Amino acid sequence: MKITPEILDQHNVTPEEYERIKQLMGREPNLTELGIFSVMWSEHCSYKSSKVHLRRLPTEGECLVQGPGENAGIVDIGDGWCAAFKIESHNHPSFIEPYQGAATGVGGILRDIFTMGARPIAAMNSLRFGPIRDEEIDDSREQTSSRSVARNRRIMAGVVKGLGDYGNAFGVPTVGGEVAFADCYSLNPLVNAFALGLVRREHIFYGKAEGIGNSVIYVGAKTGRDGIHGATMASAEFDEAAMEKRPTVQVGDPFSEKLLLEACLEAMRAGAIVGIQDMGAAGLTSSSCEMGARAGTGLEIDLDLVPQREAAMTAYEMLLSESQERMLIVAKRGHDRQLMEIFHRWDLDAVVIGQVIAEQRLRVFHKGEVVADIPNKALTDEAPRYDRPRRPFAVSTEDVTPKIEAAVSKLKSQIGDESQVFTEILRRLVASPNLASKRWVYRQYDHMVRTNTVVPPGSDAAALRVKETRRSLAMSLDCNGRYCHLNPREGAKLAVAEAARNVVCGGARPLAITNCLNFASPERPEVMWAFSETIDGIAEACRALGTPVTGGNVSFYNETDGEGVYPTPVIGMLGLIEDARHTTTQWFKEAGDVILLLGLTRNDLGASELLSLMMGAAGEAGGAVPRLDLEAEKAIQKVCLEAIQAGLVRSAHDCSDGGLAAALAESCFSSYGREAIGARIDLSEHAKLSGIDESTALLFGESPSRIISSLKPEHVPEVKNIARRAGVVCAVIGEAGGNELSVACDSKPLIEVAVASLEEAWRNALSSYLDRPA
Amino acid sequence: MKFGVVIFPGSNCDHDAYHVVSKVIGQPVNFIWHKEQEINDYDAIILPGGFSYGDYLRTGAIARFSPIMKAIKDFARDGGIILGICNGFQILCEAGLLPGALMRNRSLKYVCEHVNIRVERADTPFTSGYQRGQVLSIPIAHGEGNYFCDEATMAELESQNRIIFRYCDSGGAVTIESNPNGSLNNIAGITNREGNVLGMMPHPERASESALGCKDGRSLFLSLAESLREMIKLRA
Repeated sequence: MKITPEILDQHNVTPEEYERIKQLMGREPNLTELGIFSVMWSEHCSYKSSKVHLRRLPTEGECLVQGPGENAGIVDIGDGWCAAFKIESHNHPSFIEPYQGAATGVGGILRDIFTMGARPIAAMNSLRFGPIRDEEIDDSREQTSSRSVARNRRIMAGVVKGLGDYGNAFGVPTVGGEVAFADCYSLNPLVNAFALGLVRREHIFYGKAEGIGNSVIYVGAKTGRDGIHGATMASAEFDEAAMEKRPTVQVGDPFSEKLLLEACLEAMRAGAIVGIQDMGAAGLTSSSCEMGARAGTGLEIDLDLVPQREAAMTAYEMLLSESQERMLIVAKRGHDRQLMEIFHRWDLDAVVIGQVIAEQRLRVFHKGEVVADIPNKALTDEAPRYDRPRRPFAVSTEDVTPKIEAAVSKLKSQIGDESQVFTEILRRLVASPNLASKRWVYRQYDHMVRTNTVVPPGSDAAALRVKETRRSLAMSLDCNGRYCHLNPREGAKLAVAEAARNVVCGGARPLAITNCLNFASPERPEVMWAFSETIDGIAEACRALGTPVTGGNVSFYNETDGEGVYPTPVIGMLGLIEDARHTTTQWFKEAGDVILLLGLTRNDLGASELLSLMMGAAGEAGGAVPRLDLEAEKAIQKVCLEAIQAGLVRSAHDCSDGGLAAALAESCFSSYGREAIGARIDLSEHAKLSGIDESTALLFGESPSRIISSLKPEHVPEVKNIARRAGVVCAVIGEAGGNELSVACDSKPLIEVAVASLEEAWRNALSSYLDRPA
Repeated sequence: MKFGVVIFPGSNCDHDAYHVVSKVIGQPVNFIWHKEQEINDYDAIILPGGFSYGDYLRTGAIARFSPIMKAIKDFARDGGIILGICNGFQILCEAGLLPGALMRNRSLKYVCEHVNIRVERADTPFTSGYQRGQVLSIPIAHGEGNYFCDEATMAELESQNRIIFRYCDSGGAVTIESNPNGSLNNIAGITNREGNVLGMMPHPERASESALGCKDGRSLFLSLAESLREMIKLRA
């Protein structure tokens, strides 16, 4: 078949790219070969628009065993154990088909972990949806509000069920993550799946096709026609015809995946495997050429031998299928039979479909003919790289204080005195979808299977014990899309800082990050500029905090009908708790404990949850983002961790979305096995040290680098000493106890509320939106 | 004394059960592959939680045809102690070793959280370490835990005191609000007529260590070990 401009267009291949293909091939490609190029050179697989920027990320560190470029990053966690972890997006398929899109996102990330030889022990996810409350829809826009609220709820319910059903059946606990809402995610929901596994350092496996003549073995589920062009679909923006792309979404089978996991780990332990790779995006094609490229070898495969689920599949279909739960293995010489016996024991297909060859090519046979013959490097290292045009936009420097004060005054005229107003604001804040309890979500996830979960969802960081050791791992996913939208570089820094602060509050030393960079179309210069700024922001914060980047994922084209998402760089931070006894949660523990606040509050109301609450959709994103001083951040984290490790801290909680008031409320709320507990707070000393006198900013401003901690009264002097030595401001702000949360400053009452009623508003909010018909 | 933990394809609480028996109560335990035909020298068998055969068709419906199930039935007939947790309970019902069925939760959603259950009998091999009426906090994690049976069966279960655990509130009251899945009569666990086979939806293996925040489930395994010790002594 002659390759026409129409065919190129269907494959999302530009005329320039086609010229390059011909040059690399030394001839015209056939249709199958063009199909292969189109997926391997898609944004999703090639990172062609992001690679020039990703180079600027710090990827070296003491604990790092495997940085970017493999299926997952790996860090050393001591005692001979390593943690493999990664986050990946499944945004596009989750919009088209929420349940399967999200489910297969989990499947893909789990395979990335166990191909490295690691048994997955934890999953998390970071989710973004459009508003699920009627009042948050901007009526000036075309869609009718009820329609989009109903759709957003349906997408969310489907995604959560998909994530849960897959992880639950597979048997990995889903231990945390984040869920946030904003209008820009209505037609572009974000579904980022994270997984972490454990592996002995000497048992790590890589995706390398080494050893000329070694057998290439296909294992797992059969190949069908599902998911053809999935990677290409995820490399373009959507329009009203997006739903026609539903067939490009794959269908997940967690049961097969579970069998595949057990069989792969068994085969690895048996020493039968040289290299192994998941058939994820671009399936058979990407796994074969990437394994060859990494090892400097080539692969020859015969499609007639591939287990097939459907009749009469063409070479094109088989090579581009994204059927799930499949792996490609290069067997150790002489171990073919042993390997196949292991897979057959688990009732899985395992078939030799080819061999490793010396020529660095991907050569594919079908019905006795060569149907594709391409140099590996042309598909991988030689893929296009674009330094796309960037155009800076003005970052917001607006002072939103007057706007907010005006809204607060208005409330005063309706409600009464100041403390009643602030109390009402706090009640509305904790019941807003962004801040409300996410129990509706995580209740649908098995977060306990494997009996390692020592801190379940709900605290700053989830924590899992490593059974064989005295250690635990803490992990957190964080990003504030509003911040990143208003100031991409500072927003990215804030995300890294918050993720690190969260694991520190959990009692862990931050080790390394993985990231999932969700952006709109890279072909828009503003988006590309934001992306570049984001990279620099992440790089700066990671360098300052000593947490290298182990890998991650870039998702562009999160854009529908010309409207894109906020830049949303989700940071997945892994921390190590050397002694599991230092595992800490955010909840106040006992009446009489003294509450300390580390850090300073500035007038940081810009981009805050309060602003969104007071201004509605119109005020959703405005103002200057909070100022972050990385040195101060580092110092405060050091103080908190040192105090925890000295056994002085009973609770630690990061102040972020919703400010100090929301954080205090969260520390009061009940948690498993512990009743809610009140607190009497006096912010006078803290306000004086901070030099701040605006009550609104004091309560609801989102200054970073602040940690609320509670401790026994006798430990206060010691913690104050630790803070003083590090030059960190530390003030006693109150005492835990009673049934009320009361906050005052300079003898003026600011908040007075029964914790139980506040908690009820917080706990039931999500279900009140999601469990009723829209 | 030896415990066996059966691995069906799709079992995923097998390691957790193994861990509790070997590490928490310190008793010998082996895995048993579902394709095995015989169970030799075991004193108690645990059918663990998970999604055997993906829970496709119906929970436990395919697992009951696994080769091991014939041996399990013989073992039960001969008075062997069998504990089915979650998916294990579902398999026992499908296999006819326990009456009734587990339907989809009333909410139609999977639910994972700690619930309270009341110990209805403390004179069984599984519960001798508890007090009758004691309230335990034990997690559930299932989409199909809604126990159902016909009226005659229910009358039998009640009159023969075969309901071992019921969902309740923290004070021990059996209420509609404390029923997490819609189970008839708040049933969380039942035994067979002979009392040697227990099926329960809550996961005691997830609540057996203080590191996990709750130890209420540990006594179940300790009770089992104690009962087995007695039985072995009697046999000798």
